[in-house]
Amino acid sequence: MSRARADEEEYWHSSKFRAFTFDDEDDELSQLKESKRAVNSLRDIVDDDDDDLERVSWSGEPVGRRNKLPSFQSLSDALTDTGGKSYAPELRRPKAEYKDYSSDWSPKDTVRRMQRGKVCSLERFRSLQDKLVLLDEAVAGHDGNVITAVLIFLKRTLRREILFRELEVRQVALCHLIHFLRETGEQKFLLDLLLSQYREHLNIQDVEKRREFLKSCIGLPFSAEDTSHIQDHYTLLERQIIIEANDRHLEMAGQSELFRKYPRKASILNMPLVTTLFYSCFYHYTEAEGTFSSPSNLKKTFKIPDKQYVLTALAARAKLRAWGDVDALFTTKNWLGYTKKKAPIGFHRVVEILQRNSAPVQVLQEYVRLVEDVETRLSLATKYKCHDVVIETYRDLKDRIQLIAYKSKVERGSAEDEKINSILNNM
Amino acid sequence: MAAHLSSGRVNLTALREAGRRELREFLDKCAGSKAIVWDEYLTGPFGLIAQYSLLKEHEVEKMFTLKPGRLPPADVKNIIFFVRPKLELMDIITDNVLREDRGRSPQRDFHILFVPRRSLLCEQWLKEQGVLGSFIHREQYSLDLIPFDGDLLSMESESAFKECYLESDQTSLYHAAKGLMTLQALYGTIPQIFGKGDCARHVANMMIRMKREFPGSQNSIFPVFDTLLLLDRNVDLLTPLATQLTYEGLIDEIYGIQNTYVKLPPEKFAPKKQGEGGKDLPTEPKKLQLNSAEELYAEIRDKNFNAVGSVLSKKAKIISAAFEERHHAKTVGEIKQFVSQLPHMQAARSSLANHTSIAELIKDITTSEDFFDNLTVEQEFMSGIDTDKVNNYIEDCIAQKHPLIKILRLVCLQSVCNSGLKQKVLDHYKREILQTYGYEHILTLNNLEKAGLLKPQTGGRNNYPTIRKTLRLWMDDVNEQNPNDISYVYSGYAPLSVRLAQLLARPGWRSIEEVLKMLPGPHFEERQQLPTGLQKKRQHGENRVTLVFFLGGVTYAEIAALRFLSQMEDGGTEYVIATTKLINGTTWIKSLMEKLEPAPF
Repeated sequence: MSRARADEEEYWHSSKFRAFTFDDEDDELSQLKESKRAVNSLRDIVDDDDDDLERVSWSGEPVGRRNKLPSFQSLSDALTDTGGKSYAPELRRPKAEYKDYSSDWSPKDTVRRMQRGKVCSLERFRSLQDKLVLLDEAVAGHDGNVITAVLIFLKRTLRREILFRELEVRQVALCHLIHFLRETGEQKFLLDLLLSQYREHLNIQDVEKRREFLKSCIGLPFSAEDTSHIQDHYTLLERQIIIEANDRHLEMAGQSELFRKYPRKASILNMPLVTTLFYSCFYHYTEAEGTFSSPSNLKKTFKIPDKQYVLTALAARAKLRAWGDVDALFTTKNWLGYTKKKAPIGFHRVVEILQRNSAPVQVLQEYVRLVEDVETRLSLATKYKCHDVVIETYRDLKDRIQLIAYKSKVERGSAEDEKINSILNNM
Repeated sequence: MAAHLSSGRVNLTALREAGRRELREFLDKCAGSKAIVWDEYLTGPFGLIAQYSLLKEHEVEKMFTLKPGRLPPADVKNIIFFVRPKLELMDIITDNVLREDRGRSPQRDFHILFVPRRSLLCEQWLKEQGVLGSFIHREQYSLDLIPFDGDLLSMESESAFKECYLESDQTSLYHAAKGLMTLQALYGTIPQIFGKGDCARHVANMMIRMKREFPGSQNSIFPVFDTLLLLDRNVDLLTPLATQLTYEGLIDEIYGIQNTYVKLPPEKFAPKKQGEGGKDLPTEPKKLQLNSAEELYAEIRDKNFNAVGSVLSKKAKIISAAFEERHHAKTVGEIKQFVSQLPHMQAARSSLANHTSIAELIKDITTSEDFFDNLTVEQEFMSGIDTDKVNNYIEDCIAQKHPLIKILRLVCLQSVCNSGLKQKVLDHYKREILQTYGYEHILTLNNLEKAGLLKPQTGGRNNYPTIRKTLRLWMDDVNEQNPNDISYVYSGYAPLSVRLAQLLARPGWRSIEEVLKMLPGPHFEERQQLPTGLQKKRQHGENRVTLVFFLGGVTYAEIAALRFLSQMEDGGTEYVIATTKLINGTTWIKSLMEKLEPAPF
């Protein structure tokens, strides 16, 4: 909490008493007298309502909300600067100012008065309903200072959840409060407010409206990290809306074989990014990078790491049994035109995923062969019955004993059996 | 029905009895036949206080679940709502009352029983809806601490931790203090109070204030408890995150124990010998009550799971030997004796059969590759290995879309074991989680950060190694079969919270001042004066009794560790455990997660 805020609060809470604490401390007697007079003068003009101990005196000149709240700034500066200034005179304003003071002003009257820079008590407004009317009146008056004053009052007297809930439908007031919190450095309160605002999107069922709402959240002063997540959230939903409209149409038309063969189980709206990527790898794999629904576009837009991308694409293509695509996924060409197999996730993981999608042994063994660690390779090859790989590995290890032992696992007279025999003969 | 409550050092039957008495008194106020409308959440905890038979004795003829709409027809004189003081429940009650047919005769009287406390807000709400006047009796039933077992009390307040740390709502602490006052009224003033953590401090303050405000509460009961130890859950965020490895802990981790009951998949419990009905497999989950009333369960529940198998097979041999004895029974006297033992033997046999089935179910999981990998990572973190970089296993789990709670448990564990993650590591995890599980989880991540479970390392200092070494939280040579240290409950990790309790008993916290300062919140000691006549003269060799109150939840493994300390021969201290809620890592994290589906009301 910044010093400015502490002082600010102090001011609202006890301005009446502050009046005599700032007097010259050397002279106790005069200080006492002074204060007594100050208090008495207040008694005359304020009716004897005990609850009215805290008063808001609003003397600042009207300023726009994007200004640096000069009135409260200057006040708090003055308050911290206990040097020479005395605030007693502030309380002993000309009686004229209190002449028309009444305790039963409506919220509207109160706001009007504040706009004219006159003293007003907000404490009288106790019910939530009154407070909200007060806020709405203040907003309708467009006076940033008054709006902020009312917000400070609400912030102090309302439970957080309720204040946030009400601000969700009062965007202007929300902006004022955010601005105020930033200025006073109340980071925790601010973050809570922003997140509660963002949370509201969950209650919006209509996707278009939800998207619009998320867009409005991007502008909120989140941390850079959070802003980028929320920006991504918005972009993702925007994409999903386009893809959904397009694909629903395609599916209904019944002309795309892919959609006929694999009808969509659910809409893609509001799904996580990785799920969306999977969907796109499943239905839109071959599209050019320019289209919104293409995997490469998603990868680029959301900076999806290679590893994540390969895993998702692999799972999607394996599910479609598109082994050619799987192969291409791991094939890299160097500048001489040689091809090389490379997997950012490790080939043992590739094998696992392929196996889970019940890939045929021919496909499986190709990737088992690429597993670098010999032990892992052997155990995977044995587990998934990739005989050729097992045999070749033992051959390379020159392990006769294991080869002989493995003979029992292959069918007698089969190609594998003969392969083992021929290797054994040549060893 | 409640013999197991009196088996421990402190007879908790008295507490249950007090609860029953209060309930009877209320029921008798509403003369005539009655129906109870239950807030469903309350039925579990109430079941531990009173069975249906007690309600029946007091003319409760029908029971319904609270839901909107018209109340079911029931020819009773009174309708009593048993509810928590929650506004959404008040709306349902209002609906019920307004739809009541005014023309029916005889008219039914309405009453409302708030558990655990009446709330002005709720009554105001009912008043605004114009139905407050319909209720003849509006009372409260202070169901604060519910006896779960001979040495275990819980408030079953699910959201206590969340309320204290996320919402700054400390009502549950007030309830805890109230519960402790009730306990002191029954078992005497507790002379010594120790505590660690902000919430502990609040509760101690409230207790002292309540005692001052009600001077009449100075009772003349000889104190049963010597010491009260109040512990904040946030002093030890680590322990609940780790997977519990005791038998009871694993049952809770895998199937979830609720109000001492567990629901298990029925396949393993299919009746074997019965002729009819044995063919088709049961589809209803098997529901079992788990507490120390069951001899076998009391023996094995706190053991490390690896030590359970041998006990079960030993028991099997003993029981079959006992049944074999019938062949040796020759005389009428011998046969008679055998027959008289039969019921006990049969009970033992069915208990053994049940636990063998449960152990098999658990073993299927503990022997799986993923369980092993997960445990390996947890143990690496807890012993301080590689806590400062992105963990491969966690990444893999995210890539394979394992349940989010599992991921969060691991990431939080890593964060706690590293006194916060490096900003880069934290951002990486966050990004992966949001991309895979959905951006809206930003809200959950923020909650975890607020609770201190997930945070960036500040000041670049990692205190955990110092804490680990000083408190000996990691033991390399752990004996699971015949444990000599509390670390057996996590196969190597000694729960911090229990270590604090252990060190408090001997040699005292003064020896660990430095570490206590590194843990959040103040530590303190208070004394409550006893009248001279009540001061205890300890018999030689008599153990002290300490009540350990976990504010924010306790795990079964921690309870097991405290029971282990109670049973140590030269321990000198016996423990009774109280808590706001029995938790495990999953239920705990879940309580902190943002509810993403819209509220049902």
